[in-house]
Amino acid sequence: MTPHITNSSEEARKGDVVSNSKDKGWFYSDIVKEHFFHPQNFMEDEAAYEDSAMGMVGSPACGDAMRVWIVVDPATEKITDMKWKTFGCGSAIASTSILSVMATENGGLTLSQARALRPQDIMERLGGLPARKVHCSVLGDKALRSAINDWYRRAGRHEDVQVEAGRIIDKILKITDHDIEEAVLDGATTLEAVQQKIKVGTGDTTCIPEVEQLIRFYREKYFGADSKK
Amino acid sequence: MRHIYLDYAAATPTDPKVLKAMQPYFCDIAANPSSFHAAGLRAKEAVAGARETIASCLNCAETEILFTSGGTESDNLALFGIVRRYADKGRHVITSAIEHYAVLEPLKHLQKTGAIELTILPVDRFGCVDIKDVEKNLRPDTILVSLMFANNEIGTLLPIAEIGKIILKWRKKNATGDAGSGCAGFPYFHTDACQAAGVYDLDVEKLHVDALSFSGSKIYGPKGTGCLYLRRGVSLEPLQFGGGQERGLRSGTENVPGIVGLAAAMQVANSKREKENARLSVLRDRLIEGLLAIPKTHLNGHPAKRLPNNANVSFLDIEGEAAVLYLDAKGIYCSTGSACASASLDPSHVILATGLSYEAAHGSLRFSLGRATTAKDVEYILSVMPNVVKKLRAMSPVNLDMKHFA
Repeated sequence: MTPHITNSSEEARKGDVVSNSKDKGWFYSDIVKEHFFHPQNFMEDEAAYEDSAMGMVGSPACGDAMRVWIVVDPATEKITDMKWKTFGCGSAIASTSILSVMATENGGLTLSQARALRPQDIMERLGGLPARKVHCSVLGDKALRSAINDWYRRAGRHEDVQVEAGRIIDKILKITDHDIEEAVLDGATTLEAVQQKIKVGTGDTTCIPEVEQLIRFYREKYFGADSKK
Repeated sequence: MRHIYLDYAAATPTDPKVLKAMQPYFCDIAANPSSFHAAGLRAKEAVAGARETIASCLNCAETEILFTSGGTESDNLALFGIVRRYADKGRHVITSAIEHYAVLEPLKHLQKTGAIELTILPVDRFGCVDIKDVEKNLRPDTILVSLMFANNEIGTLLPIAEIGKIILKWRKKNATGDAGSGCAGFPYFHTDACQAAGVYDLDVEKLHVDALSFSGSKIYGPKGTGCLYLRRGVSLEPLQFGGGQERGLRSGTENVPGIVGLAAAMQVANSKREKENARLSVLRDRLIEGLLAIPKTHLNGHPAKRLPNNANVSFLDIEGEAAVLYLDAKGIYCSTGSACASASLDPSHVILATGLSYEAAHGSLRFSLGRATTAKDVEYILSVMPNVVKKLRAMSPVNLDMKHFA
């Protein structure tokens, strides 16, 4: 099947509710559907993973919350097992499911490979997502990075713990200044528009003044000082 | 697979009788009602007949009926039209927190642009507006009150007739308007009756309203059709100008088949109303009872003062869109107040207004029943739902406290 990946700013701006796979007549691609209805590797026995490294992102108030557990072979630093739990919509569940497959297939990714995974990689494997779902529901890579840090921490290798690329602005959703920059580049030039895309500040409202400042900064950077406010 | 449509609050199928009534007006009687020939006259007569039917359903004069393109246009026309027409008489408007976006958004726009001062009345945990709150907030410069008859999401009914009476009384006491016009003083009272049409009596004299909106798409009529009742003496500034149709208040060639269909739908609905309401209330209560038997659930809306076809329940720890899609796979079609399913990515403003948390709003499902719904359908949903909830809860990292429903 041809993957339909939504990344053009024009499509993202529409805030549409249609699948990009217009020929299929369903909201989500077949791969999304498959992982939504038959999720892989979801956590069924938390007690058995008590000692495993764990990472989480989001909050139910924002509509999406994820938790992932990883088992890593210390010798190869490859992920041998990954389990997850997700509160969220169809694409949130499917994207965590496929991420767990990507992390563990073919002998598993090394921690540094896993750290390099981006939402775009997950979307590509899913065969694309409806535009308005992209920024909010693909959070799994963040949860995974947070679990990887936890693994290093548990291994006493604090020097290998990496803080999120970019500075975290929204502590609950782990949204960085970089995420806000991307949203502005996608055409969201007001707080409302940026929130519509990435929900920043819905859980952690204290960050809103800073978010507004950043939006102004990136808007002026990319669209000029007298661009519309 | 069974297909059980439980989204009648979103759209209803067109009644076969309605479709039949509309049929001749697509090809056979297709002239413009404004044309001065026999063919035009026939189209004109059809529109006049439909107007008469609707006027008799609303207990008003034919000249008080304006045909529009739907509920959203009717609401916009009433709100923008009245606010702009009477800008010199006052600039305060009252509405409620649970109104449809077709009312809230125009009013917020008017507020943003400085045309009005807006009071948004809060609602209690059932979604009811306190009548005393309406009275308390009336001011000498209040030009318009707009409150919905029945809420589309949680089904709560507002006491429109009682509120209408209070506004009338207040108006008489503070009469500033033209007493001879039959609507002495302000404010005017508008109600969005899109969900109530076809379900309740829309006698405008009993409701004491000056403007009332409804649409065809919710009453088994054609989509893209609507009506605005506007009391004699109440004027408005049009939103669109042109050929002067609809007394110059809503220019544009009449949608003749649509108008005929809207009237036919109203007639059919009124003839079935009593029996259908009684039948649906029983099904609704059984559905609500069965859904609430699932742990960590909460009924949204009022237990008694609600539309006979509306069941809206929040399920903690799960997200509504995921539930809608799992039910869809089982052939059950319903909707959710979750942010993930809305274009705006905001959870339902209605459920939030009743004081529920974001978490609980994300987990809400609305089942709206209709003419084709049977007791068997309800039992089927109740056989499927517990497993859907169980599966999604097993996948969910969230385990919230019932205090979210406190």
